[in-house]
Amino acid sequence: MGKSTFPGGIHTYDGKELTMDKHTTVLLPKGDLVYPMAQHIGAPAKPIVAKGDKVLIGQKIGEASGMISSNIISSVSGTVKAVEKRLTVSGNMIESIIIENDNEYQKVEGFGENRDYTKLSKADIRNYIKEAGIVGLGGAGFPTNVKLTPKDDSKIDYVIVNAAECEPYLTSDYRMLLEEPENIIGGLKIIMQLFENARGIVAIEDNKPEAIRIMQELTASEEKIDVRVLKTKYPQGGERQLIYAVTERKLNSKKLPADVGCVVDNVDTVIAIYNAVAKSTPLIRKIVTVSGDAIRNPQNFNVAIGIDYAEILEAAGGFIERPEKMVSGGPLMGIALYTCNVPVIKTSSALLGFLKDKAAVEESPCIRCGKCAEKCPLNLLPFQLAAFGDRSDEENFVRLGGLECCNCSCCTYICPAKRNLNQSINQTKNSVLAKRRRA
Amino acid sequence: MSDLFHVSTAPHTRSSFTTRNIMRDVVIALIPASLFGVYNFGLRALSVILVTVIACILTEYVYCKGMKKKVMVGDYSAAVTGLLLALNLPASIPFWIAALGGVFAILVVKMVFGGLGQNIMNPALAARVFLLISFPARMAVYTVEKMNSTGVIDIIKNGALAIDGVSGATPLTGMKAGQSVDLFKMFVGNIGGTIGETSAAAILLGALYLVMRKVISLRIPLSYIVSFAVFILLFGQKGFDTEFLLAHILGGGLLLGAFFMATDYVTSPVSRTGQIVFGIMLGVLTGIFRLFAGEAPEGVSYAIIFCNLLVPLIDKATVPKFFGMERVADGK
Repeated sequence: MGKSTFPGGIHTYDGKELTMDKHTTVLLPKGDLVYPMAQHIGAPAKPIVAKGDKVLIGQKIGEASGMISSNIISSVSGTVKAVEKRLTVSGNMIESIIIENDNEYQKVEGFGENRDYTKLSKADIRNYIKEAGIVGLGGAGFPTNVKLTPKDDSKIDYVIVNAAECEPYLTSDYRMLLEEPENIIGGLKIIMQLFENARGIVAIEDNKPEAIRIMQELTASEEKIDVRVLKTKYPQGGERQLIYAVTERKLNSKKLPADVGCVVDNVDTVIAIYNAVAKSTPLIRKIVTVSGDAIRNPQNFNVAIGIDYAEILEAAGGFIERPEKMVSGGPLMGIALYTCNVPVIKTSSALLGFLKDKAAVEESPCIRCGKCAEKCPLNLLPFQLAAFGDRSDEENFVRLGGLECCNCSCCTYICPAKRNLNQSINQTKNSVLAKRRRA
Repeated sequence: MSDLFHVSTAPHTRSSFTTRNIMRDVVIALIPASLFGVYNFGLRALSVILVTVIACILTEYVYCKGMKKKVMVGDYSAAVTGLLLALNLPASIPFWIAALGGVFAILVVKMVFGGLGQNIMNPALAARVFLLISFPARMAVYTVEKMNSTGVIDIIKNGALAIDGVSGATPLTGMKAGQSVDLFKMFVGNIGGTIGETSAAAILLGALYLVMRKVISLRIPLSYIVSFAVFILLFGQKGFDTEFLLAHILGGGLLLGAFFMATDYVTSPVSRTGQIVFGIMLGVLTGIFRLFAGEAPEGVSYAIIFCNLLVPLIDKATVPKFFGMERVADGK
């Protein structure tokens, strides 16, 4: 058994108290819904509806195109208004299906029907997950059916539910642990049905005692499921850190969790699996935390994928004061938005508004204090990598393990000189990887 | 475009930890040693401190203005250099020599190499060595003329334990001449030496502050002191003589050097292994200088600036193993 923590990492102000005690509010969309065809890792989906088509809730509107890709499902009923490029969270214009909501919420046939998952074959389970358009909802967006199809099922001995939620401000997973704990355990059992030799682990950071208590009660009679309490530290929810904390197995960037006998899925992903397999409900909803010091009523919302961020913001009472910065996702790995008029996608987890943009600080020279190296969970030398990156010395960048970087940003957070280490490293990493793909 | 929000790459939050805070902590940590220097050597020590600090800050300011670079003296780093330089000078040093040292430290050792973070040697120590070579006689005068006119100091001196004449020679020079030493005095610091190096107690107090504030780790100082002690035991030709050993550790600039100079971020290795290698090299080198280098009783400054030059090599040889690159024990 692991050490419940990992080397390196940081402790930050976590801001979770703003939203953690408020029940999740269901929010129905008012305006049009926008479904970008690329909201996952891999090939974009292909639109299978055209302008003017009628669609229902649960209807497939984008078809996975290739091995690593994912279906896109309509979260409302209505009419296809357009298929065109729209601005997304990433800042890119991506081909999207725009649906005008008819507010009737008509569902496709069989939607929501109960299914006895214990009687399903592995192939059926994987197929339901694939059809439901499920991807890693923790932020990575890797198609879940691919992740759940390793070379050898029998070699998987841990199925880990990632309930660490280590990013500050985010409480959507925490709320689900409190509000839908049975679905989490149900989803975990479904995954464990694929891996006969696996133990199920629900891994929760120790700053969530209530969630730990509920999960422990629920799993008390489960022989093959344990609750693991982890030390609170960012990035505890990072896949490689989590696997190490739970199993003491180390993973480098070239290996997959399955190579060390692990499958890791985020809380929301596990619930999506349960809904897809046991409730015939594909991935159409998302729990989004709206928080930050600029937001009037910070809380979690249960929203339809495709809804505009601006609508959720309005439901949270809007701004107390106009923020300098809006972030989709957590403050450490999220994406800054210059406008809130972008749709919620599968990997959206939060919308944060900050009065002060703490990243807007001037850099000063590196003094080699080594704090970045001390905090790096991968034991890299970020200041050195960034320096190589800044002078495009890709050879030395790779030699010093630049490709191992997991983008957690601990280095940039801690840097006393406020250097944008992560930006330099990530840019160089992407450049090296792009060249390798071309080669 | 005022209706758009800021965009930047992640992370969108930063720690409150800044270069300025680190440097300020170093200044705070040097206060006990500085105060003791003033107490021990009188107001002249304070004047030397002021001269070097002002010389350092002014040099950086003028250089940046002249070269049309951003003036960054507000980050306290020039002040730290000035303070460390003063603590490494005898209180009797003529002011112009002290000022020259300050100018050399900042202009030649720091700014010419590219300013903060780019110097290849510790500026204060390089300046000290520059002065040692240029003005060997002046640098070895550790006596201070009693400043009888300054009543305040007299009162403090008479009120507290009376210091009967700060000796002209440092304990290390005395030891070479075969004199015995008073270890308690050396710990408290009522001995000859440079302004800031005499009081082990004051230095350790400052070092404790730095460790508690996590500005420095103990890796370099401890590996330095321990390897130095081992070297003295092995080659000191005194066998296991604790008095001789402790006198060597408490005397001279070893503690000041180990905690405040060898730990200088810019001129020390970053990796944990590298820091230990660096500390051991310092210990051995200091031992060689102290025991075998003829007339020079003090080897800390030379050892540190020499090892500073080896830091890029040490860094290169001690790149840490990345997470997950080790062979996994259970073969999974």
